[in-house]
Order: sequence, then C-alpha cells, then structure tokens
Amino acid sequence: MKSFITVIGKDTVGIIAGLSAILAQRNVNILDINQTVMDEMFTMIMMVDTSSLTCSFSELSTLLSDYGKGAGLSVRMQREEIFNTMHRI
Amino acid sequence: MSMIRPDEILETIEMIDRENLDIRTITMGISLRDCCSFSGKQSRDKIYDKITRLAGNLVRSAQDIETEFGIPIINKRISVTPIALVAESSDEEDYVEYARTLDRAAAETGVDFIGGFSALVHKGYTFGDEKLIRCIPEALASTLKVCSSVNIATTRAGINMDAVAQMGRIIKETAALTTDSGGIGCAKLVVFSNVPEDNPFMAGAFHGIGEPESVINVGISGPGVVQSAIKKIPGEDFGAVAEQIKRSAFKITRIGELVAREASRRLNTQFGIVDLSLAPTPAMGDSVAHILEEMGLEKCGAPGTTAALALLNDAVKKGGAMASSYVGGLSGAFIPVSEDAGMIDAVRCGALTLEKLEAMTCVCSVGLDMIAVPGDTSAETISGIIADEAAIGMVNNKTTAVRIIPVPGMTVGDTVEFGGLLGSGPVMKVNNFGNSDFINRGGRIPAPINSMRN
Repeated sequence: MKSFITVIGKDTVGIIAGLSAILAQRNVNILDINQTVMDEMFTMIMMVDTSSLTCSFSELSTLLSDYGKGAGLSVRMQREEIFNTMHRI
Repeated sequence: MSMIRPDEILETIEMIDRENLDIRTITMGISLRDCCSFSGKQSRDKIYDKITRLAGNLVRSAQDIETEFGIPIINKRISVTPIALVAESSDEEDYVEYARTLDRAAAETGVDFIGGFSALVHKGYTFGDEKLIRCIPEALASTLKVCSSVNIATTRAGINMDAVAQMGRIIKETAALTTDSGGIGCAKLVVFSNVPEDNPFMAGAFHGIGEPESVINVGISGPGVVQSAIKKIPGEDFGAVAEQIKRSAFKITRIGELVAREASRRLNTQFGIVDLSLAPTPAMGDSVAHILEEMGLEKCGAPGTTAALALLNDAVKKGGAMASSYVGGLSGAFIPVSEDAGMIDAVRCGALTLEKLEAMTCVCSVGLDMIAVPGDTSAETISGIIADEAAIGMVNNKTTAVRIIPVPGMTVGDTVEFGGLLGSGPVMKVNNFGNSDFINRGGRIPAPINSMRN
C-alpha cells in the first residue's frame, strides 16, 4: 500500500530528517521524494510504502501532523488511491 | 498508470483545504421489512436489533476512511424502510414509539440522522399511512435525529390533494410542537413528489421497497470547488463555463465513488449509488448561490438565475455521470435557503423571493428547501405551496419537494437560528391571498398525459 506525505510550510533545517526518523521507526520505506518552493512556500511530497506499518495508519498520521505543528508545517498522509481516482482514468 | 504529479496532489489538497471539498454523507440503507409483527413492541425490538447490528461499524469505518484518504466525511446516516410499511402490521394506533426506537438506534450507532419515518401516499392512504402521518408532529418533537418524509405525488399517479391538504396542517402542528426551537421539527420533514428510493440526503432519505437488505449510498458535496473553477475563467462564454463545471463535477464524483466503494467493502454491504449533488453548507465558500453569482449575476435571484442554475445542474450531471458507475438519489444542485450563505444574503437584500425560488426548482435537483416563513402562515397556504411544487415535479418527471418552516412567533425579516448544517433562515414573504376553497376540494389531480409512456 502506497501513501503520499505532503509537507507544506516555511522551509527549515531538518524537516526531512525529522520525518524520516518517525517513518523509519514504524517500518515505513520512503520510495520517492519531490520538493519545490512555490510562492516562498516549501512543498515536499514523499511517496512511502505503508504496507508493513508497525502501528495503525491513524496513529502514524497523527504523529506526522503533530510533528508538523511543532515545526509550523502542515503535514498530512493520504493513501495514493485518492489522487489516482481523481486524476487518472 | 503514470506517476501522480506534485501539482495534482496539491490540487486535491487545495480542494479539500480551501474549497471545502468533502463527502457530505455516507448513508446506510437498511430494510426493515422483516421487522413486522402483530406486537408493536416485538417489531420495535427487531428494528433496534437490526439497525444496531448492521450499522454498528458505520461511524467507525467512515472515520477510518476519512483518516486514510484525508477527505472529510461530514455526516454518517441511516435510512430505513418507510415505517408506515413496517408498523402497520401491528395492532397499535400510535406510531410515535417507533420514532423513539429509531432515535435510540441512531444514538447507539452514533450517526447524525436516521431517515424513514415515512409514508408513500401519492395514490391514497393505507391504515398504516394514516396512523403514521398523524404521528409525525409528536414523533419529530420527541426525537432528535429522526427525519420524516411523505410522498404525495408522482408523474404516474398524479397528486393526492387530500394528502396535500393534510400535510399543510401537519407542518403547522409540527412547528407548534417545536415552538421553543424555532419550529425545528419542520426542518426534519419533507413533502415529496416523485421521491427517489435511494436518496442519501436528509431529511428525505428512506430505504425504498426495491432496495436490497442493506446498501451504502454516498452523497457528495463541493460547491466551493465549482465556484473556484468558474472564477478561473472570467468573461468566457457559457460553453467554457459548462466545461469547467463538468471537469470539477467529474473530480468530485470520483472521490465519492472511491469512498462509496471503500465503505461498502469495509462494511460488507452492497454499493448502491453516488448522489451527484452539490450540497451547500452555511460556511463561506460552500454556497450554490455564489456559483450562480460567479457566472455574472449581482445576486442570486437576479434575472438570469434560473438559466444559470439550469446550466449548473446539467453540467454537474454530465461530469458526474462519467465518474461513477452507479448514479442515483437526487443528483443535481440543491438550493436550500437557510443552509447556503449566498441564498441567505440574497433573501435578506430582497434579490431572492419565494416565487423566484419556485421557478428555480423547475431546473434544480429538488425543490423549496429550508424555507422559513411567518408563523401565522395558514395551513392552506402551505398546502398551496406544496401543490404547486408537486405539480412542477409531476409534469416534468422530476423530484420536487417542500421543506418549509412556519416559524412560530416570527414575521418577515426576522431570522431563525437552527444551528449546524441546518443554518439560519431569514423569514420570507409569502403570498397570502386565499386558496382554502381550492385546497378543500380534495381528491386526486389526475396523472398528466406524459405519464403514459408505455
């Protein structure tokens, strides 16, 4: 099962390191990372494999979003189907 | 499948975050046809057990889907077989206890609403229909989550004018019994023409007799998404506007389809339909009226409004129909007044009148919805409004409905607060010229010639 983690906010040191640590501890493999700066907003999109998660999806989701709040970022994780469904026929 | 691009991911997130894209409701339809009994108590025990057994995981599953896909699911609801059909096997005269049972089942399962305290009387009443309709005011006044509906007309049967007359009185009684809360009972009561059997939206949802044991129906939302799409093409012609709406409707509906399939899989329940409706809420950026204004109208209700709504309604269906394998319910744009910030504004400034709304219902998905009128509006006047709306539905082969609240003690210009999704309604002016001789004729208006389609 693949999911996308989207990080939007002001660029600061250690965002990827912080998130990677949370993911590694829960056995989530990072498959791809794409980052851009749009309108001075840092946007990072991470594709991850959540099929061997060692906690529940919602626990990880909360952890990531709480981490984001601490760093002034919006962080969310969503299963890839929502994007495939909307943008691919 | 090609890799999803970052801009596509961000587009989806923007729709959800800034344009209020959400799933309005996951509604589980449950048949209660096997819950009939000579003993009312036994029947109600069966009803309670069946609902809580089948819908026990509904709220939890919806919350999981919400978390995993990152799409808000605003309401979780249950619709059941019209209670008149279930209760009439019992020897009881008073069906209010059935409504209380539904309310308890709704509370136990944690859903927002339960629909189906209903009767279908377009061609006439059974004994059960009569008993149920008599009980509607008390049922709505003594429950929190129960919604009621009565179908009084179809294209095939004509209009049951006895039922039209009675529903005017029932609405007045319901308002009187819920005086303390602005007549809120009437916000949970819909009078239909050509009612659909698979509608997931309240207050009109029930589980039709042609439906399976249980089913998952999903109602989408997203007026804000459509409005933003039109904003991107100022001054372009109507062909371009229709194309923009279709694209947005397609994307919105695909999410609805995904959620419906996921919910039915998790609940081990058949997937019924996606209802392609643009359902507004009182929140800013979630208004159908603002879509019409975005097309170039100063205020919703200005000349051109009906044409704008016709285009919107049609383009939503065209885009949505391509995105879902099973479409049903009401499917179209809703124009409730109290639930739409733009409609409320338009009424307040005098741009939008009851008569203009009636014209708009010829081309929208339902009818006169969430209309607050003065508390002294007579039962006959309300019946006349219902008859007019039913005629529009009957002749045009479409669903129409009336959800009208004669707010006790209020007059034109006052505002009634219902709270939550029901919003707040400016009390609207009603044409009070007499019609009681017309309403008191009774009987049935025959089905129109276009009912003969075989």
